[in-house]
Amino acid sequence: MNFLTKAVILTAGLALAACTNPNRFDNTGGNALNGAGSNAAGSVSDPTSVAYFQQAVGDRVLFAVDQSTISPDYIQVLNGQATWLTTNADYVAVIEGHADEQGTREYNLALGARRANAVREYLISRGVAENRLKVVSYGKERPIEVCSDEACYTKNRRAVTVLSSGLTG
Amino acid sequence: MMRHLATLLLCLTLFGLPAFAQNGPLRIEITEGVIEPLPYAVPNFVPESGAAGEYGANIARVIADDLTGTGLFREVPASAYISQISDFAAPVQYADWKAINAQALVTGAVNVSGNTLTVKFRVYDVFSGAELGSGLQLAGTVDGWRRIAHKVADTVYSRITGEGGYFDSRVVFVSETGPKDDRKKRLAIMDYDGANVQYLTGSEAIVLAPRFSPNGDRVLYTSYETGFPRIYVLDVGNVQRRVLQQQDGTMSFAPRFAPNGQTVVYSLTQGGNTDIYTLDIASGSGARLTDAPSIETAPSYSPDGSQIVFESDRSGSQQLYVMPASGGEARRISFGQGRYGTPVWSPRGDLVAFTKQNNGRFHIGVMRLDGSEERLLTASFLDEGPTWAPNGRVLMFTRETQGAGGRASLYSVDISGRNLKPVRTPEGASDPSWSPLQN
Repeated sequence: MNFLTKAVILTAGLALAACTNPNRFDNTGGNALNGAGSNAAGSVSDPTSVAYFQQAVGDRVLFAVDQSTISPDYIQVLNGQATWLTTNADYVAVIEGHADEQGTREYNLALGARRANAVREYLISRGVAENRLKVVSYGKERPIEVCSDEACYTKNRRAVTVLSSGLTG
Repeated sequence: MMRHLATLLLCLTLFGLPAFAQNGPLRIEITEGVIEPLPYAVPNFVPESGAAGEYGANIARVIADDLTGTGLFREVPASAYISQISDFAAPVQYADWKAINAQALVTGAVNVSGNTLTVKFRVYDVFSGAELGSGLQLAGTVDGWRRIAHKVADTVYSRITGEGGYFDSRVVFVSETGPKDDRKKRLAIMDYDGANVQYLTGSEAIVLAPRFSPNGDRVLYTSYETGFPRIYVLDVGNVQRRVLQQQDGTMSFAPRFAPNGQTVVYSLTQGGNTDIYTLDIASGSGARLTDAPSIETAPSYSPDGSQIVFESDRSGSQQLYVMPASGGEARRISFGQGRYGTPVWSPRGDLVAFTKQNNGRFHIGVMRLDGSEERLLTASFLDEGPTWAPNGRVLMFTRETQGAGGRASLYSVDISGRNLKPVRTPEGASDPSWSPLQN
């Protein structure tokens, strides 16, 4: 009974995730810089577009439970981000750190900040200028997946590099 | 906003002779053991003017909800009454109340004149056949009738338990709407029982964790309105707010007032590292209290302002620590299994309430300041963020349900773990902060 209930919830969560994911990747994060200065995503076939950065380069890094060290799996993504940012020098970025819902609010804010900062430090080490990279943490306030299982938690424990035009930055 | 607080002039007038200093059988000792709720009756207060109309009944209902809501009292229903109270001044027929086993009896009368509502009341120890304490008179605005009822209930509660009351208090919290992946949050304030909800901010930006000032006149909270978490202070009376701390490239959150109402302790994150700082509201001067590569957050002052309890993962996992209010060496106080966060010092100074995570469950718990006598009061998928009732006997906290339809709401529980119950709010709700007793 318990197992069945859980399985149903999990399936529902995945179905929902499948529906919402494409939308998620079409915007620029929708949080910190969606006002003045943000660019339309453009076409993924244009390597200078935000869409290309989000989808071809990869705009996010996922983390293990309660960890903020960058897994070797994501070094390639971050190297790609660094290269892209170096090439497209009129963009700035806010790196948004997030946590899953298993944690207290304040701690998760601090944990998300650690994650975002780990990405920022890595990008700086790869040659991106410090003054182009800001960090913010949303803790557990902005999940993209809504189920209460590891399938969702793994996607919520993330740091997302959100671009905006740097003309005013 | 706060209209009734501003205009409610409460005058407490003694109009009866002091009762004998008797401590007869009518006494609830609030202890850890299981207690049998004390039966009491609160007949509708007698309307002594035409305009008092329904207030007599409404006030009695609020008093009954307060008392019964503690879990310490049980109301004897009006249908069981043998005698009625139709004249506040007439002698009480103790035998009639004894016969229905009402050990305590609260009687009152209401007068409405213009915009002023006056309540007189008396508390009787039925089995001793004597008044408990003396009669009191309270006056306020008609709109503030619920506050007057809460004050009556606080008096009854205090006389019978010997403890301070907590009914004439408010709660500031985060009101939540929308699905989990598009949640809208705004600050709201209400009476402790969920009545008189008012919204203090819009929901354009995320707002988190409001905290009352020691006298309830201001609220600290965290908002993302600039795109980055910053601490704001909001005047409850006129709903004006201003940012307290904004240093580019940092985040600030988890603020709480010191008992002096002037100093704020909070967390500041810089370069991915979170430490604890203080800020003087008037002068803007600040100090750094911790300096470690670990996460230091969720600070809370002792009632005398001399110490701060906070959480840190310096040992490798979230644990509770106490340090002097000026910073310096901290001692760890939590040693049980699992992780401990969101410590809050009790207003009596004797306990710390906290959130504990263990084996995939969340608990609200209390422990002494030396870490002894840890007691977990709740267990669920996600309980967090306790706040103390003004008398240090009850905690309110956030409970969030599991899964895609997960929703946050407020619950309260007393510090013995009894009387767990939801607090009524119009929408989802989180991050409660309980005010002191109002004046």
